[in-house]
Amino acid sequence: MENIIWNKEIECADRATIKALQLERLKKIVKYCYERVPFYTKKFDETGLKPEDIKTLEDVRKLPFTTADDLRNNYPFGLFATDNKDIVRVHGSSGTTGKPKIVGYTKNDLNNWTECLTRMICAAGVTPEDVVQISFGYGLFTGGFGLHYGMENLGAMVIPLSSGNTERQLMIMQDFGTTVLIATPSYALYLGDEIEKRGLKDKLKLRLALFGGEGHTEEMRAKIEKQLGIIATENYGLSELGGPGMSGECYIKNGMHIAEDHFLPEIIDPETLEPVPMGEKGELVVTALTKEGFPMLRYRTRDITWLDDSPCPCGRTSMRMGKIQGRSDDMLVIRGVNVYPSQIESVVMAIDEIEPFYEIVVTNEGYMDRIEVRMEFSDADLLDDYEKLDALKSRIRHDLKATLNIDAKVSLVSPGTLPRFEGKGKRVVDKREVKK
Amino acid sequence: MLVKQMSVFVENTTGRLCELTKVLAQNDIDIKAMCIADTVDFGILRCIVDDPEKATAVLKSKGFTASITEVMAVELNDKPGGLASVLEILSSEGISVDYIYSTIRSRNGYALIVIKVADPEKAIQLLQDNGISLFSKEDFL
Repeated sequence: MENIIWNKEIECADRATIKALQLERLKKIVKYCYERVPFYTKKFDETGLKPEDIKTLEDVRKLPFTTADDLRNNYPFGLFATDNKDIVRVHGSSGTTGKPKIVGYTKNDLNNWTECLTRMICAAGVTPEDVVQISFGYGLFTGGFGLHYGMENLGAMVIPLSSGNTERQLMIMQDFGTTVLIATPSYALYLGDEIEKRGLKDKLKLRLALFGGEGHTEEMRAKIEKQLGIIATENYGLSELGGPGMSGECYIKNGMHIAEDHFLPEIIDPETLEPVPMGEKGELVVTALTKEGFPMLRYRTRDITWLDDSPCPCGRTSMRMGKIQGRSDDMLVIRGVNVYPSQIESVVMAIDEIEPFYEIVVTNEGYMDRIEVRMEFSDADLLDDYEKLDALKSRIRHDLKATLNIDAKVSLVSPGTLPRFEGKGKRVVDKREVKK
Repeated sequence: MLVKQMSVFVENTTGRLCELTKVLAQNDIDIKAMCIADTVDFGILRCIVDDPEKATAVLKSKGFTASITEVMAVELNDKPGGLASVLEILSSEGISVDYIYSTIRSRNGYALIVIKVADPEKAIQLLQDNGISLFSKEDFL
């Protein structure tokens, strides 16, 4: 297995060196945020916190949290720390109410992002000789562009194919001799099945896959690896923190190496908000140490994982994070897209012909996630003809698609048949094997 | 000469239609004619019952979505061409049929069908002018 360590100085540095660098950068970014982002100025002033109060790495706990709601409330550019003239790119992902969470990058931010991705890509075993098929979506989503620039930086040959169109994916894979596939694990599994069905395996040169956008079980990974005869690694990132590249597995596949010179991770108990001991599970909270355009202090990722600071057999000394175990909120990941039940609720509430009750059913058919929204139909005036009911269903489906960015099945059910809740309801039935 | 038809929203789940008809039975409501089409996840049951107001009320109280629509109940010759002759009268005046279904009633060799059209008043006038009889709601009691 090829094991290029892209930035040995950082990736193999001793813990003390990394911590010293992190502290230096933390102090700087805290001051930067306090001086440049009114949102942080206000938060600091409310509690009397001064940037000078940050004297040790542990002092990060004195800082306020930033949440997905804060991004929503400051949509689109409210949390940017620079003038828009210094921003050279924006990306985004779905937010809680239909408006995306928007992030901005300066030129330096893009360079740092590319650096982190290149390290991650090398850890996964990619070399400049590889032919890389990027089957992630390009667009506001960070996945496509992120991996693209990282691969180019390494010197691999990039095929920017984007997502979907399986026929074309398979054709290019054969004709161009693709060696590395960048995809969501569900899509890779689907491609694997097609390749098996068509007996194409021997015609392919595929040797690696890098998975992102959603989680997967070890069983699912083993199945894809066997089916395609490849090694698959997983990586992690959030658009709020700049996208993929924050962490990724090496070929040892025992945790995802974190780019610690750019990201300071913490694990907290999501209830008490107190730190948990090293190795214990809790919610991942991340401070971006170097971002100029969209700095982020203590972002609550809502992802449940753990940290491990022991050295890895691959030679890297960087802290690793475990496979995501779930969420501390109700966000769902459907075919790699973030979906919040509150987005669906906002659509349901705006439609007069149905009752304000709904149920979200998520299933996994043929490896593809499906989402169904069941709602109670109550307007007897529409019973005249099927066309009116069909038109209502189409309208709801359209509204959901506009809000969620993915297709959802709409089912109308009789009034009173969906469960009622007092207080916070459990409106999501996730029947998938892996809760993503 | 319009009769009241009850329409009920029925989810396509096992036992739902059975549940509905049980509610009608318990309330002593007699179904005179009915139709339901198969769609993927729901259907609309359309039926003529002896007491549509009461039927709608009891179904609503049991959580069903139900409404009343007015349709024509038309008598036609129960022999080849019987339906065609009625439809010809309607189509000649450009009256389109939304849906149509038959009842189990017949009288003196005449069959009875339920027709929903876009313009019922004009249709009734036209049919009567052509000597076609229509059932009134009393005829269903």
